[in-house]
Amino acid sequence: MNKDIWVYVEQIEGKITNVSLELLSEAHRLKTKMQRPGQVVAVIIGSQLEELISTVQEYGAQKIYVADDKSLKLYEPQYYAAILKKLIKENDPHILLVGASALGSQLAPTVAAKVKTGVAAHCVELKISENDQLVAVVPAFGGKVLGDILCPKNRPQIASIKQGILDKPVKIEAVGEVIKVDLSFLTQVKTNLKPLKICREEPKGVPLEEAEIVICGGWGVGDQDTWHYLEKIAEKIGGAVACTRPPVDEGWAPGEHVMIGTSGKSVRPKLYLGFGISGATHHICGMKDSGLIISINRDENAEIFKVSDYGIIGDIKQVLPLLAEAVTK
Amino acid sequence: MGLNIVVCVKPIPDPKYYNEITIDPVTKTVKRQGIPTIINPIDKHAIEKALKIKEQHGGKVILMSMAPPDAQETLLEGLAMGADETYLLSDRKFAGADTLATSYVLARGIQKIGEIDLVLTGTESGDGATAQVSSQLGEWLGFSHLWGVVNCEVKSQDDIYLKTKIENGYMEWSGKLPMVFAVSREINTPRYTSIMGVMKAKKKPFTIWSFQDLDLDEVYVGLKGSPTQPGDIFSPDMGRKGEILKISKEEAVELIIEKLRANGINIESFFSGCVRGERNE
Ligand SMILES: Cc1cc2nc3c(=O)[nH]c(=O)nc-3n(C[C@H](O)[C@H](O)[C@H](O)COP(=O)(O)OP(=O)(O)OC[C@H]3O[C@@H](n4cnc5c(N)ncnc54)[C@H](O)[C@@H]3O)c2cc1C
Ligand SMILES: Cc1cc2nc3c(=O)[nH]c(=O)nc-3n(C[C@H](O)[C@H](O)[C@H](O)COP(=O)(O)OP(=O)(O)OC[C@H]3O[C@@H](n4cnc5c(N)ncnc54)[C@H](O)[C@@H]3O)c2cc1C
Repeated sequence: MNKDIWVYVEQIEGKITNVSLELLSEAHRLKTKMQRPGQVVAVIIGSQLEELISTVQEYGAQKIYVADDKSLKLYEPQYYAAILKKLIKENDPHILLVGASALGSQLAPTVAAKVKTGVAAHCVELKISENDQLVAVVPAFGGKVLGDILCPKNRPQIASIKQGILDKPVKIEAVGEVIKVDLSFLTQVKTNLKPLKICREEPKGVPLEEAEIVICGGWGVGDQDTWHYLEKIAEKIGGAVACTRPPVDEGWAPGEHVMIGTSGKSVRPKLYLGFGISGATHHICGMKDSGLIISINRDENAEIFKVSDYGIIGDIKQVLPLLAEAVTK
Repeated sequence: MGLNIVVCVKPIPDPKYYNEITIDPVTKTVKRQGIPTIINPIDKHAIEKALKIKEQHGGKVILMSMAPPDAQETLLEGLAMGADETYLLSDRKFAGADTLATSYVLARGIQKIGEIDLVLTGTESGDGATAQVSSQLGEWLGFSHLWGVVNCEVKSQDDIYLKTKIENGYMEWSGKLPMVFAVSREINTPRYTSIMGVMKAKKKPFTIWSFQDLDLDEVYVGLKGSPTQPGDIFSPDMGRKGEILKISKEEAVELIIEKLRANGINIESFFSGCVRGERNE
């Protein structure tokens, strides 16, 4: 029984996603905690992957399975999961880490169902027990509850993690051996689905995940005009605008890709400024690890104050214009 | 053409009250007394989608839930929206199921009904929120499946168009039935229930199936059949020893600017307002 830790390296449009690199670093960290560690192994699936392999090596993959074929250019659950299933059956890894992106959140449970094992979903922390088993800390009830999830009898122990939860990836040069996966079996994979296209938009400004300062607006912002102040301030100070769910529903915010929380992103900026946010656990679980938290709310009993370093009781309709003026001068 | 559609619906404690949830330090169980049970909000979007497809093509909308017997009341709301009938899969043996074991029982329920063309779920539940049941249900049924559907047009059995969301973008797909897909909130706005709807709901067929009624292999059922096992459970302390400040808007701005500066943001001097004297003379 080997103790190899596998990482599914997700690529979209020929670019490796950040969470995949975070997972490679995490795999190395877990390896150092084990009594009898195995290797850190990467699996990458797609088309024309040559250029990506060196990056996977730079982040410490000691072995890389490459499934490279035209038919894999766009993600398709049955094709991608069939490849992982085949590799798992042949190599019996100890642990498999998958990024909990939109596609990874589907791929992990699909593979697990095919090989009949468990997935710890959207973990916030990974640990190794005395007998080298994975202990995954998983949130429930919007992050209000955390539970340890184990997968004692089945292999691999699968865990999915969102981007931004783990530490920033670090380079660990490894001369990872590259193994091309024989894909002749793919012709037998049955599916009722055909991916037609993938379209992505590069968001303007500083990406939320990388921003050191996050300016977050909630329902209390009240209207589109007041919302513009947030954008103005963020632009001026090089921060990123984020939101809770209501501004997405109202259409003030550009979309769910800037929402923080259970169904959105997890961020850890140096400074988080929250305007008109009540502090539902669904939101807090995505920002509680920020460096400094300042929030403004007119309700002195707002839950958000309990997780803030500074809670300012005030009307944001008055504070925001003034703040915008101060920073844009 | 007439499509038989199953919508999987999970009764959950109302997420509005999750700030009140605590863990009993002795029994290590989740304390949720007094929190009302509702239909998982996203699942109503799935019901709405199913009703729309039925309006277009005819057929039947069947609700299915694996839950304790008292879920019956909660599930009525789905029937009141317009679904035709409900199957509740309920048995002590199902308790403690992880997503693989949950989706297994749901799949066997769907197979027992038979001749199902389409299965809809929500992307994630409000409580467990693993977002895994849908994909694993597809696997147990042997159907193709997609997660995060924000748009879907069913033209015919063999011609379906789907759009799914991904980070900063979307994917488009063509597909054929049968299929399982998990709908996202953006797909539609669920209809309200009317008094008439509620009255009719009470007369609609409601079937309860237990372990014995389904063709189940015990190896895959409940806590024992779950590959994942729960360990310690706790409620994280997210609190900070913060200061709550009752200050003027000018002072608020000053504080924020000071903290921005401390974080290396270069902000030039600004007018911080005037303070009037308070002597009455
Ligand atoms: C603290 C804690 C942590 C947990 N962590 C994990 C974990 O990491 N991995 C794991 O496998 N399990 C885990 N579980 C167990 C998991 O919550 C249950 O298996 C649950 O019954 C189904 O998962 P979900 O609520 O996450 O559903 P999701 O997969 O989020 O639900 C998606 C959709 O599936 C449908 N659906 C889900 N459940 C039902 C149902 N009972 N009846 C009808 N339709 C349904 C609904 O349409 C729903 O919108 C955890 C439970 C707790 C309390
Ligand atoms: C399954 C599920 C997943 C979810 N996922 C997420 C998620 O990922 N992210 C997320 O954010 N939410 C999520 N939610 C929603 C979440 O539960 C809350 O409803 C949401 O976070 C509330 O947003 P809010 O604080 O902006 O609004 P509210 O709760 O409405 O709070 C508004 C606050 O603004 C204050 N206010 C109003 N006017 C002013 C003013 N002029 N000046 C100062 N203060 C003012 C009020 O006092 C109030 O405290 C989810 C819910 C569910 C069920």
